[in-house]
Amino acid sequence: MGGWQSALAPGGASAEAILGLFWPVVALLGLIWLLVLLVLGAGLLRRAGSQVPRQAYLVIGAATIGTVLVIIGLTTASYLVTRPIAAAAEAPLVVQLRGLQWWWQVTYREEGEAAAFVTANELHLPLGRPVRLELSAEDVIHSFWVPNLAGKQDMIPGRDNVLHLTATTPGTYRAQCAEFCGMQHAHMALLVVVEPAEDFARWRAAQAAPVPAEALAAEGRRVFEQRPCGACHTVRGTTAAGGTGPDLTHLASRGTLAAGLLPMTRGALAAWIADPQTLKPGNNMPLVPLSADELQALTAWLASLR
Amino acid sequence: MRHRVVADLSGLPICGNRRSSPSWWGTLAFMLIEGTGFALAIGVYLYLAGLAPVWPPAVPPDLAAGSGVTLVLLASLMPNLLLGRWAEAKDLRRVRLGLLVMLGFGILPLVLRAYEFQAFHVGWDDSAYGSIVWFLLGLHTTHLLSDLIETAVLAALMFTRHADNPRRYGDVKDEVTYWNFVVATWLPVYACLYWGPRL
Amino acid sequence: MIPDQRDMGLDDAALQAALRRVWSSRGGLLGALASVDHKTVGRRYIVTAFAFLLLGGVLAMLMRWQLAQPEARLMGPDRYNQVFTMHGTNMMFLFAVPVMEAMGGYLVPLMVGTRNIAFPRLNAFSYWVYLFGGLLLWGAFLLDMGPDVGWFAYVPLSGPQYAAGKRADIWAQMITFTEVSALAVAVEIVVTVFKQRAPGMSLDRMPLFVWAMLVTAFIIIVAMPAIVTASTALILDRLVGTHFFNPAEGGDVLLWQHLFWFFGHPEVYIIFVPAVGMVSAIIGTFCRRPVFGYLAMVLALVGIALLSFGLWVHHMFTTGLPRLGESFFTASSMAIAVPSGLQIFCWLATLWGAQPRMAVPMLYVLAFFFTFVLGGMTGVMVASVPLDTQLHDSYFVVAHFHYVLIGGAVFPLLGAIHYWFPKVTGRMMREVTGRWACGMIFLGFNLAFFPMHILGLWGMPRRVYTYQPELPWAGLNLFASVSSVLLAGGFLLFFWNAWRSARHGAPAGDDPWGGPTLEWATSSPPPPWNFTRIPVVESVSPLWDAREALPVAEGLRLDRRELLITSLMDATPEARDSSPQDSIWPLLAAIATSVMLIWSIFTPWAVVWGSIPVAITLIGWFWPRGTPEDES
Repeated sequence: MGGWQSALAPGGASAEAILGLFWPVVALLGLIWLLVLLVLGAGLLRRAGSQVPRQAYLVIGAATIGTVLVIIGLTTASYLVTRPIAAAAEAPLVVQLRGLQWWWQVTYREEGEAAAFVTANELHLPLGRPVRLELSAEDVIHSFWVPNLAGKQDMIPGRDNVLHLTATTPGTYRAQCAEFCGMQHAHMALLVVVEPAEDFARWRAAQAAPVPAEALAAEGRRVFEQRPCGACHTVRGTTAAGGTGPDLTHLASRGTLAAGLLPMTRGALAAWIADPQTLKPGNNMPLVPLSADELQALTAWLASLR
Repeated sequence: MRHRVVADLSGLPICGNRRSSPSWWGTLAFMLIEGTGFALAIGVYLYLAGLAPVWPPAVPPDLAAGSGVTLVLLASLMPNLLLGRWAEAKDLRRVRLGLLVMLGFGILPLVLRAYEFQAFHVGWDDSAYGSIVWFLLGLHTTHLLSDLIETAVLAALMFTRHADNPRRYGDVKDEVTYWNFVVATWLPVYACLYWGPRL
Repeated sequence: MIPDQRDMGLDDAALQAALRRVWSSRGGLLGALASVDHKTVGRRYIVTAFAFLLLGGVLAMLMRWQLAQPEARLMGPDRYNQVFTMHGTNMMFLFAVPVMEAMGGYLVPLMVGTRNIAFPRLNAFSYWVYLFGGLLLWGAFLLDMGPDVGWFAYVPLSGPQYAAGKRADIWAQMITFTEVSALAVAVEIVVTVFKQRAPGMSLDRMPLFVWAMLVTAFIIIVAMPAIVTASTALILDRLVGTHFFNPAEGGDVLLWQHLFWFFGHPEVYIIFVPAVGMVSAIIGTFCRRPVFGYLAMVLALVGIALLSFGLWVHHMFTTGLPRLGESFFTASSMAIAVPSGLQIFCWLATLWGAQPRMAVPMLYVLAFFFTFVLGGMTGVMVASVPLDTQLHDSYFVVAHFHYVLIGGAVFPLLGAIHYWFPKVTGRMMREVTGRWACGMIFLGFNLAFFPMHILGLWGMPRRVYTYQPELPWAGLNLFASVSSVLLAGGFLLFFWNAWRSARHGAPAGDDPWGGPTLEWATSSPPPPWNFTRIPVVESVSPLWDAREALPVAEGLRLDRRELLITSLMDATPEARDSSPQDSIWPLLAAIATSVMLIWSIFTPWAVVWGSIPVAITLIGWFWPRGTPEDES
C-alpha cells in the first residue's frame, strides 16, 4: 500500500517490526474509540430518571483502570519493539550520510577490497546485510526517512546520530527529508536501491572507480573544467575537485537529478544546467551562462558519466 | 431573579491584612513567573556545562566582586526586614528612612555588578559559556534595576500627600517581599556561576 | 456624590443608578480606549482573536489550494514557507491561547460573582500588547517580511547564519508580545479566582470552567517563561552574536528544542484545558444536572497540568536522545490519557439517560466527542517511540494535532460561543443557521483532515510546498482540499450568524438556557458592575438551588468602585477593596512597550532608551490620584 515511500509497505526489518506494532494498536485504539461513541449513543437514547445511576462510580473506576492497563501494555509493547530496532548488529556495512541544503552526501568507507568513495542523492544497500548509517548535517537540521525500510532519524549539526537498518526486500525506495530545512525542503529526496550482494558489490566497485579514460577526451569535459563547475563539484579523474556540491563522477548512473527533483535524462540535465533557479528556487547552484554548443557538449559528457 | 439579602458586608475593613490584598497575591504570581525564568536560565547553564568537554572553557571567575554583591544583598535583608515592620506599624517617618536606606542598598550591588561582568574574563560573544554567564548576570541585573526604580518611585511617593495611607504601606510591604525575592534568586545564581566551576 | 454611601436599603433602580455613576466608562473614543471593564476588554480580545482565526483560515485555504495538485504554482517556496509559518504562529499565539484566556477574562469574574477582574488595568494593557503584537506579525507578512522558519523556529535554520533579514526576529519578538499579554491575563485570573469569589463559593463550589481557567493560568505561568527564555536567547544569538545555539562555540542545537517544547507541549493543554471547562459547563446545563464526579474532574485537570510538563521530549523522539529516557517519556505521554479518559467517562456518565436538550452548543459537544477522542487515540500512537519514528513530521501528525486542537478545543469553543453569546450580547444566535454551520464544520473537518493520516503513512512529510506527480498523494490531497472548502463554508456561516445575531437575534433574557452558575444571575449583557448585589453561594449550582430568590449580600460602598475580597479556601468575606478606575495609561504603556520591542529588533540600544518611556508610562499608571479608590 502506498508504494515506494510508504510506511505501510515495508521492505526492511525495522519497518516490518513497526508495522507489526502499528496494526494491532490501530485495531485496539479504534475499538476503544468506537466503544466510547457507542456508550455516548446509548446514553443519549436512554430514557431514565434525573439522577446519574449509582453504579456509574464503579463503571468509571473500572474504565479508568482499563485505561491504565492499556497504557501499560502499549508502553511495554513499544519498548519491546524499540529494543531490536535500536540494537547494533555484528559487522554492519557502514555508510556516512550527510544532509545539506538541499541534497544528500553519501560516503562509503573502505572495506576489504572495496575502496572508499563519495556519491550523492542515492544510496545502494545489499539485501539482508545490516547497515549502520552514520548521520550528520552540514548546515541545518535534516531528517533521514525512508519509510519502507525504517523510522526516521534526525541529522543535527554538532551531533552524530546513527540509524541501524536491514533491508529485506529488493527494490528501489524513496527517502525524503522529514525536518523542515528551508526553501527547498520539499525537494530533498534520495533513492535507496536495495539489491542482492553481488549486484551491490558490482555497483560499489564501479562507483569507486574514477571517470574512464575515453570520457576524459570529450569536449564536455573541457567546458566543465573551464567553467566554474569544478569550484563546487568533484569529478574524480579531472581537475574538478569542489566539495560544496554533489560529487558528479558517476552522475548518470543515478536514478534522479537534483535530489529527486528530475529523472536522470539528457533533457533534464540540459534544463537543469540552463536554469537551476527556476526548477528548484533558492538552491545553491548558480546559473552559469553557456553557449548552446557548450551546453550541448557539457550535457552529453555528463550523461556519459555512468 | 429576585434577591434575598442574607449577609451584611458593611462592617468589613476596606483594607485588610496582606493576605487580603490582591496586589500581594499578584506579586507572588509574578515572583513565580520570574522564579521559573531563573530556574530555566540556571537549567540552561547546567545543560551547557553538561555537554561541554571542559567547563568553564575560560579560567574560573574571580570571586571578589560576586561575593561582594552577595554580602551586600545579604546585609540588605536586615534593613529590609525593619522596613517591613515599620510599614506594618504605619510609621511614616521610619518608612521614609527605610526606603532611603534600601535605595542605597539597591545602588551598591549595581556598582559592584559592573565589576562582576569583568570577573569572568569572557565576552558574551566568545563562547556559549560567555553567553549564558552574561545572560544570568543580565537577568539578575534587570531585577536589581527595576527594583531600584520601584523603590525610588515609592520613596518619592512617601514624601507626597499620598503617603500616609494604609494602601501605601501595603505597597511598601510588597516591595519588601519583592526585594527578598531579588536576594533569594541571586543565591543560586551566585553558587552556580562562581562555585559551580570550582567543584 | 455622598462619601461612604452604602447600598443598603435602596431599591433596585436607585442602586443601579448609583452603581452606574461609578462603574460606567465615559463615552467617546477616549472613554473607550481607557476602559478597564473586563467585559469590554474581553469582548475586544474575543473579537480580535476570531479575526485572527479568519486570517489564519485564509492562509490554510491558500495552502490547501497549493497542495490540491502536484507541482502547483500558486505559490513558490518562499511564499509558502511564510504562509505555513504564519498559519501556525497565528493560530497558536494570536488565536488559540488568547481566545481561551479572553473567554476566561470575560467569564471568570462573572462566574465567581465579582464586579471586575483583578488588576483591570493590566488586563487592558495585555489586550493592547496582544493587538500590537498581532499587527506586527501581520504587517510584516504583508511587507513580505513574514517569518518563514516554522512556528517552532528550530535553530540553526532560524539562527543568524541561515535566516538572513529580519523575518526570524519578527517571529521571536512577536512571541514576546503574546507572552507578556498571556502571562498578565494568567496572573489576573489566578488572583481573581483566589481572592474575589462570591462569599460562600468555597473551592469545591467553583464552577468547573473556573477550575479549568485557574489550572490553565498556572500552566501558563510555569510554561511561558521557557519560550521567553528561548526566544530571548535566539534574538541575542541573532542580534549581538551570543552562541547559545551554535555548536561550534559550545552551544547546542537541541537546547532550543528542549526549551521550546518545555513550553510547547503544555501549550497544547493551555488550549485544551479551558475547552474541558466549556464542555463541562455546556453538558451540565443542557443535561440539567451537575457534571458527574466533580472531584474526579478537578483532580483530572490538576493531573493533566502536572503531567503536561513531563512529556515535552516526545516531540524529540527522532533526535537521537538516549533510548531509556525516551521510553520514560513514552510512558508519561501515554499517562496523560488517564486523566483525559477519566474526564470523558465522567461526561458520559452525566449524559447517560439525561435526554439533553440538543441545541447548537450540545451539538458541538457531540462533535467534540467524535473528533477529540479520535485525536486522543492517535496521540497515544505518536507517544510510542517506534510508531513515532514513522509518524513524526509526516502528515499523520498534521491530522493528529488538528483533531486534538480543532476537535478538542475549537469545537468546544464554538459551542461555548453559542452558549454564552446571549449573555455577552443579550441576543440569541440563530439556531437553524447554527445547526447548518455545525454540520458543515464537523463534516468538512473530518473529510479534510482524516485523509491526512493516510498521506502521512504513505510518506508525505510536513511543510512541503509541493510534491511530485510520481508520488501517490495527489488524489487524497485533492480530496482534502475540496473538503476544506466545506469546512471554510461552515466557518463563514458561523461568522455570518454571529454578525447577524448580534444585531437582529431574538432577545435572550437573563438566563435563556437555565444555567446553574452565577453569570446567568445578572442581566444580558451584564451591567458594568456585573452584579447589583454580590451573590452569596451555598452550592455548586447556585441558580438551580436558589429557586425563587437569589441569596445576596449588601454593604458595599457606592461612591467608589468597590468589590469584595474573600478567603482563599472558603471564600469567607475578608475586606472591601477598591477596583481601579478607567485609565488611558495602560494603552500608553502598551504603546511604549511595543515601540521598545519592535525597535529592539534593530538595535540592542533600544532596550536602554526604549525602557525610559515604558518606565514613565508605568509611573503614570500607578501614581495615586487621590480618588476614593485610593482610600483605605
